[in-house]
Amino acid sequence: MSSTFDTVANIIAETCDIQRDTIKPESHAIDDLGIDSLDFLDIAFAIDKAFGIKLPLEQWTQEVNDGKATTEQYFVLKNLCARIDDLVAAKGR
Amino acid sequence: MRIEYFQLIDRVADLNLSDLTIRAEATVPTESTIFEGHFPGRPLMPGVLLVECMAQASGWLIIARTHFERMPFLAALKEVKLRSFVTPGQALTVSAKLVHEGSGFAVTEAEISAEGKTICNADITFRVVDFPKGEFLASMQDVARRIALPMEAIAHG
Repeated sequence: MSSTFDTVANIIAETCDIQRDTIKPESHAIDDLGIDSLDFLDIAFAIDKAFGIKLPLEQWTQEVNDGKATTEQYFVLKNLCARIDDLVAAKGR
Repeated sequence: MRIEYFQLIDRVADLNLSDLTIRAEATVPTESTIFEGHFPGRPLMPGVLLVECMAQASGWLIIARTHFERMPFLAALKEVKLRSFVTPGQALTVSAKLVHEGSGFAVTEAEISAEGKTICNADITFRVVDFPKGEFLASMQDVARRIALPMEAIAHG
């Protein structure tokens, strides 16, 4: 069974035509991988389907816009994967 | 179709908020300046307007699903296939199914058919934002009533 990171990295590679080996846990989806908001919708769609969750993108965006969170908290891949794991765990409760 | 107003859906024939599907009717006008240019002597409904028609049916489904609280805006198209020519006066059936409701976005699968034959189909992604209030909401509700979007079903959906 592949890890959350492997699944997310594969989704990003396929969706955005980014070489898989350039996608690291420390990569920032926006700043390092150059993923824009429209491409991120496709990624969110694929992540939602793959994990059976609903990434709270609107809430995250609002928190970043309000200065209550940084983009790194949500869009550095290891942090994104941790959030996904939390959402998956919450779903099972 | 009120093609000059870009309002391409004539009537919502079926809205199912359990299955998250919509079926609508849209008849291509027999005359329009569009056909004078597209194309002289061979009038054809432009493919982009067929895509818009699928997007509008999908949009009404999302609006109904969200009880006029959220407004969809066309964001991306995938797997668009324009399979047959559409000519003036042709009666079309436009169908859409909401296949995913994300946070701030939605995805539909839509198609247009005529006489049981698929004319075109597409997977469509929308950005979904809070519905603008005031005049915009009122005008959209007027259009919804004109096309017989079942407002009662929405209110109790």
